[in-house]
Amino acid sequence: MNHLDKLEAQSVYILREAYREFKSLCMLWSIGKDSTVLLWLARKAFFGHVPIPLVHIDTHFKIPEMIEYRDRMALEWNLNMIYGENREAVVAKQTFPDGNTDRITCCRHLKSEALKRTLSGEWPRYRMNHDLKRYEPDEKNEPYTGVIVGVRADEEGSRSKERYFSPRDSGNSWDVGDQPPEFWNQFKTDFAPGTHVRIHPLLDWTELNIWEYIERENIPIVSLYFDRGEGTRYRSLGCWPCTNPIESSSRTLSEIIDELGSGSLAGVAERSGRAQDKEDGGLETLRRDGYM
Amino acid sequence: MHTRSQMNIVIVGHVDHGKSTVIGRLLADTGSLPEGKLDAVRESCRRNSKPFEYAFLLDALKDEQSQGITIDTARCFFKTAYRDYIIIDAPGHIEFLKNMITGASRAEAALLVIDAHEGIRENSKRHGHMVAMLGVRQVTVLVNKMDLADYRQADFEALKEEYTAYLRQIDVEPVSFIPVSAREGDNIASPSPAMPWYEGPTVLGQLDRFRSGGELRDKPFRLPVQDIYKFTQSGDDRRIVAGTIEAGTVAAGEEVLFLPSGKRSSIASIESFNTPVKHSAEAGEASGFTLATQIYIRPGELMVRPSDPQPEVGTRFRANIFWVGRVPMSPEKEYKLKLGTARATVRLAGIVSTLDASDLRLSRTKQQLDNRDVGECILETTRPIAFDLASTSETTGRFVIVDNYEIAGGGIVLENLSGGETILERHIRERESHWETGNVLAADRERANRHRAKFIVITGPPHTGKRALARELESLLFRNACSTYYLGMAAIEHGLEADLRRHGDHAEERLRRIGELARIMTDAGQIFITAIDDADDRDIETLKLLNEPNEILVVGVGENDFVSTTPDLDIDSIDDLFLAVSRIAELLASKEIISDYQI
Ligand SMILES: Nc1nc2c(ncn2[C@@H]2O[C@H](COP(=O)(O)OP(=O)(O)O)[C@@H](O)[C@H]2O)c(=O)[nH]1
Repeated sequence: MNHLDKLEAQSVYILREAYREFKSLCMLWSIGKDSTVLLWLARKAFFGHVPIPLVHIDTHFKIPEMIEYRDRMALEWNLNMIYGENREAVVAKQTFPDGNTDRITCCRHLKSEALKRTLSGEWPRYRMNHDLKRYEPDEKNEPYTGVIVGVRADEEGSRSKERYFSPRDSGNSWDVGDQPPEFWNQFKTDFAPGTHVRIHPLLDWTELNIWEYIERENIPIVSLYFDRGEGTRYRSLGCWPCTNPIESSSRTLSEIIDELGSGSLAGVAERSGRAQDKEDGGLETLRRDGYM
Repeated sequence: MHTRSQMNIVIVGHVDHGKSTVIGRLLADTGSLPEGKLDAVRESCRRNSKPFEYAFLLDALKDEQSQGITIDTARCFFKTAYRDYIIIDAPGHIEFLKNMITGASRAEAALLVIDAHEGIRENSKRHGHMVAMLGVRQVTVLVNKMDLADYRQADFEALKEEYTAYLRQIDVEPVSFIPVSAREGDNIASPSPAMPWYEGPTVLGQLDRFRSGGELRDKPFRLPVQDIYKFTQSGDDRRIVAGTIEAGTVAAGEEVLFLPSGKRSSIASIESFNTPVKHSAEAGEASGFTLATQIYIRPGELMVRPSDPQPEVGTRFRANIFWVGRVPMSPEKEYKLKLGTARATVRLAGIVSTLDASDLRLSRTKQQLDNRDVGECILETTRPIAFDLASTSETTGRFVIVDNYEIAGGGIVLENLSGGETILERHIRERESHWETGNVLAADRERANRHRAKFIVITGPPHTGKRALARELESLLFRNACSTYYLGMAAIEHGLEADLRRHGDHAEERLRRIGELARIMTDAGQIFITAIDDADDRDIETLKLLNEPNEILVVGVGENDFVSTTPDLDIDSIDDLFLAVSRIAELLASKEIISDYQI
């Protein structure tokens, strides 16, 4: 087994463990490359099926191609696709692009808050109806007690401290200093009422591993990651007002892999195109609030 | 395609002995830091007029800086010309032993840092011990801060001798000792001019010499069954046994045995998604199989090859346990054991000895395992599980113990002690010796009821009409003046069992309650009837024991796949309810439970 086989096997094991142990389980799909690899790994784990609902938080400021891609794949792969949103903030224009908040507050409204309330079932969820090919309000509103997330340890400092199975209390907060031990592939699968667990099957993957795997498996990903003639491409995807492409002329998977391997991006953080990280406290402050 | 190999290394040691500095050095000297990072940290030190530390490079998290200690396992990535490394920084502070364990268990090799100046400290020993128990076989000791010892060979040799003697007592032999100064960079990436007397490899050189993986392929085949999938709703009829192969290899067509149930079948196909058709699979693969015959198995069984050396099956074993729970491990409580994919209720049946890992003091008198104790103990599970001895097959010979939702301890199996009285048998013996009856004897009831008492269990797959059958049987017996009662599962769920509903899987406890209830009802002279989905050998055995000294009668409906149980009556399908009920009644009559003229 080569290193990709080993990473794949470990992630599949984690996904199966989550599916076995959590009655109310979901997987977050941001449409980005990592959570798309995660989705692919679920198809590996369950032999072509994805028996876990996928949850996407729609901020209404996502790059339009992302949403179009999401729905296309949902139909093609027969996904149990659900989205949630912060309708109130969008309608009241309590957002950064509307000029009414700073970036961090906007993230908090449209992502953290929307995510928290969608997972808890307090706010409406919309589910893809495969016959009608459109979303409908979902009657099911039980809280998700297991949430599978595609974070990687190498992304930035605070993520390097995650566990594969990481408990969160009812307020979604994360006690970095007191986490349960995790060894011999035995994870925290028992949890007290009112708590839930974040599950991180991609923890050991690096950005390069992700691209190598996408290439090996031929996973369809959204085209924003490639240079389409302008000499720029996205390295990390988010809302259009806060996400900038990087300068790069990589048009194919192998060009991206060479670019990462060459070290030309070595000095640049992966999320450097994400403006909200740079504000005071940045990503870590957001993460404590339950941001992914 | 890049096919560079990757290796996880853990770094452990007493707090302040220099782990973070070693890592900072490794990152800096292999050019693995983001551009400008080193300068930025130097600059910020200058601005705050504090001396630069390589350790600062690691302080990715804010609370880490504010507390001044490494609080959790952090992962750093670096590479040599030979391969890529993930270095897991396991905190040295005693408070964070849980994190150290988490980090170390993911590693293939360990660097253990000891301060040459301060010498061997409590955690130098504890970590050496833990790393060995966790199964990390390759350990290199870095004797750090040699600059403070003026790079004297004698100091290095003295420490090496002392620590080797300690490790020998716990059966650990380190791969090597390297004298280093992490702060000055001696023997980290390049040989130290200050220590010409040292001729071994540098730290980087040693890392590249560690061996990776391998031998598991050549061991007996072991696959802990993680789950059974059937995605019928998505139009897929495959019934797939899924799990990660812990050891050995297996090929399509081979015969397999499942333990502890003892069921056998053979592999019809090896399943996978988006790969060419597979004919075999090997250790490490997260695999899936279809079987040639329809057998009912559960997650948690161990799939093995009948011709291989067999694993142990039992309920009682001797183990080495390390405890990291806030609350001590005590013989008074029940815990959950997770071994491979098996889960079982477990009790601490005895403590042979405990070891204080810091000074290796042995105690034979402790009654419980305190936080951070390591103890040789006897454990007993309520149902049999399949396992290996850690000495023969490491990955299927170790387990964790869950206390109050948390993993609170881990251990390795030393010896199978099964064969004696099980927890259940002892319980029954004790219960019966205390059983209190009124003045009415069983014989009096039989005479008055004109039938004997019986516990009737009807079992089979869901939706086979078992419940209807059970209720119809109750009606028939009642019409014929029998003292009878049908127990519905819903009644239990919302009554006797209401306290359990918040706990996830409580099948075992449910069974116990039904069995205890049956003991009482049959004692009351009743023909007590219940229907249970898919009971297996073990379930029937448990109910039978719990109902003792009274009698049980098992009716199998549809396809049951018992190995050791022979139902008193098998009913293929309940097309004709009346006929099915009559067959049970006839059986009761032939066994003289009821008399012929009663029906
Ligand atoms: N003189 C000397 N000091 C060192 C050396 N390595 C580490 N230190 C110092 O020892 C202290 C603790 O080191 P640190 O790496 O933070 O220890 P950790 O707690 O094991 O991570 C720091 O002040 C370091 O500067 C060394 O080789 N020589």
